[in-house]
Amino acid sequence: MAKELVSTLADLKEKEALKIVEDRLSAGEDPLKILDDARRALEIVGNRFADGEYFIPDLVYSGEILQIITDMVKPKLAGAAKVKRVGKVIIGTVAGDIHDIGKDIVVFMLDVNGFEVYDLGVDVPAQKFVEKIKESGAPVVGLSGFLTLAYDSMKQTIKAIKDAGLRDKVKVMIGGGQITEEVKKYTGADAYGKDAMAGVTLARKWIGTS
Amino acid sequence: MEKQREEMSLDEKQEAMFEKWLSPKDPQGNDLKFQSPQAEETYKERIIRTKDAIQMKKLPDRVPVFILPSFFPVYNAGITPQEAMYDYDKLYAAYKKFILEFEPDGHLGADMPGPGKFFEALDYKLYSWPGHGVAPEQSYQCNEGEYMKADEYDALINDPSNFFSNTYFPRVFGALQPFQALPALTGILEMYGLAYSFIPFGIPPVQAAYKAIMEAGNEAMKWVGTIMAWNTEITSLGFPNIIAGFTKAPFDVIGDTLRGTKGTMLDMYRQPDKLLEAMDRLTPLMIKMGVGAAQMNGKPLVFMPLHKGADGFLSDEQFKKFYWPPFRKVMMGLINEGCVPFPALEGHWDTRLEVIQDLPKGKTFWMVDQSDMAKAKKTLGKVACMTGNVPSDLLTLGTPQQVKDYVKNLINIAGKDGGYIVSNGAFFDHAKPENVKAMVEVTKEYGVYK
Repeated sequence: MAKELVSTLADLKEKEALKIVEDRLSAGEDPLKILDDARRALEIVGNRFADGEYFIPDLVYSGEILQIITDMVKPKLAGAAKVKRVGKVIIGTVAGDIHDIGKDIVVFMLDVNGFEVYDLGVDVPAQKFVEKIKESGAPVVGLSGFLTLAYDSMKQTIKAIKDAGLRDKVKVMIGGGQITEEVKKYTGADAYGKDAMAGVTLARKWIGTS
Repeated sequence: MEKQREEMSLDEKQEAMFEKWLSPKDPQGNDLKFQSPQAEETYKERIIRTKDAIQMKKLPDRVPVFILPSFFPVYNAGITPQEAMYDYDKLYAAYKKFILEFEPDGHLGADMPGPGKFFEALDYKLYSWPGHGVAPEQSYQCNEGEYMKADEYDALINDPSNFFSNTYFPRVFGALQPFQALPALTGILEMYGLAYSFIPFGIPPVQAAYKAIMEAGNEAMKWVGTIMAWNTEITSLGFPNIIAGFTKAPFDVIGDTLRGTKGTMLDMYRQPDKLLEAMDRLTPLMIKMGVGAAQMNGKPLVFMPLHKGADGFLSDEQFKKFYWPPFRKVMMGLINEGCVPFPALEGHWDTRLEVIQDLPKGKTFWMVDQSDMAKAKKTLGKVACMTGNVPSDLLTLGTPQQVKDYVKNLINIAGKDGGYIVSNGAFFDHAKPENVKAMVEVTKEYGVYK
């Protein structure tokens, strides 16, 4: 049945997947196992997205189904589910910009690829990134932005990280609608990722998990 | 004698619209007085140049150049977006300076910022604007959400206007929240019982909502006075405002405005038939919106900002099933009334180019952001004029020489045999003025067809 849930969820068959979860829960199965299968299914979804077989709506839909499964399983969980994580990444949309779609896709892809993601949300002040780096010790920071104003916000955020003496402790990647290699140079980031998968590849390279 | 509209071919209808554009009116409806014979001549040259590029029947004298900014004119004048939204004199001066400084063949007018006090009167929630959710020195930004719930498709389909006024308005305008109590206007039928229908209008909160509407209306009038005066002056100086109004692709009406990106994406899996039916219902309304604006303003170009159809936002199948058919229907409806649909392909649309070239030649006009122009020229470019593709990062961070080189290359690729107008690819806020100037200058020098 494990394989069934993994493939059904990976194929985005919502009703069937939820029925399997329901049956397994009423059969008294360990809820952690169910969650683990769901996580494996999402990993497949992530791979299919990376291969160009799946698109953004497929990610959104799989995330939605996972949320329903998590809500079903939660009441039966004794303790918190511990998932082994390969490394920490901080992500946020920079100050002044409130766009979240692109950022959320990167968060999703990092998450299904095993990273512990600290999502700081949108319109994030530079100082908040600095504090999170200190607190979490994450070695990778992703700055997202959709508007041209983000060029300066990104530059200022990276400067704030530098001023806090943390620049050599983190690698910074940037991405978003109007972000290019030129913008990377302007902001002083370490790399620019043209899509969510590029973000995962960079994080893997820097954290040394590939 | 003028031909009856029914007898006119699509070409003739479009030609008639361009003719109207060539003879602009002042706000009183009289022939607009140009400031000089030279200004009038330049105005007409600019429109004919644009028309030739769009129709693709003969080469224009040179490649036209547009500047299609977001808040750039505001920053360029050294004022903040907040000032542009609240001080109409400053708005007027900033946008006038922009036109006179850069002298484009076509522009978008001065209405992009919109009236701040008007949005305040309605307590508008769909956007955050300077001083209301974003800083005074930043442009407004959209707050996407599920302003229509997943189970409300039938309400929208059965009576779109009622859904908008009684359900959508109360959610996006704080001041119109009491509109939830409004009656169904189609129930107003007979003398008997009529007064019952009007009871909601006697309730104090509903009356307060109407006061807010009147206040908003007064502010809109004040603002539009500035906008019309500005348009009249700028036109009389020889600079055509290219758009008559706007409409949207039905998928984006639902995706941007009603259900949000996530909601719409889930609907494609969970209730595809409802989504298709709702778009079908919205299609004639979107055609009417665009045609009405074109007829009122006496010019052909109807702008259509496109969002959720970009590469990756839908699979190829989803694009062909959900996005393209209703979008194409809206365009064909506009074309049938002599309008020129002017969609903006924001972001990347490379995977869509083959699909969207299924259109009559010379009847549409596309703004291209970051799609591959060589590929676009070979597909969409065979049937339609395109504009854009000068990148935001280049205008913001590059040098005038880099801009010139980029534009020359664009003219070589996209401008070959006509069908291309130089402009920025994305609506931009920030740019070096010298780079914007370089884009215009190099087009005027290098873009001459021999």
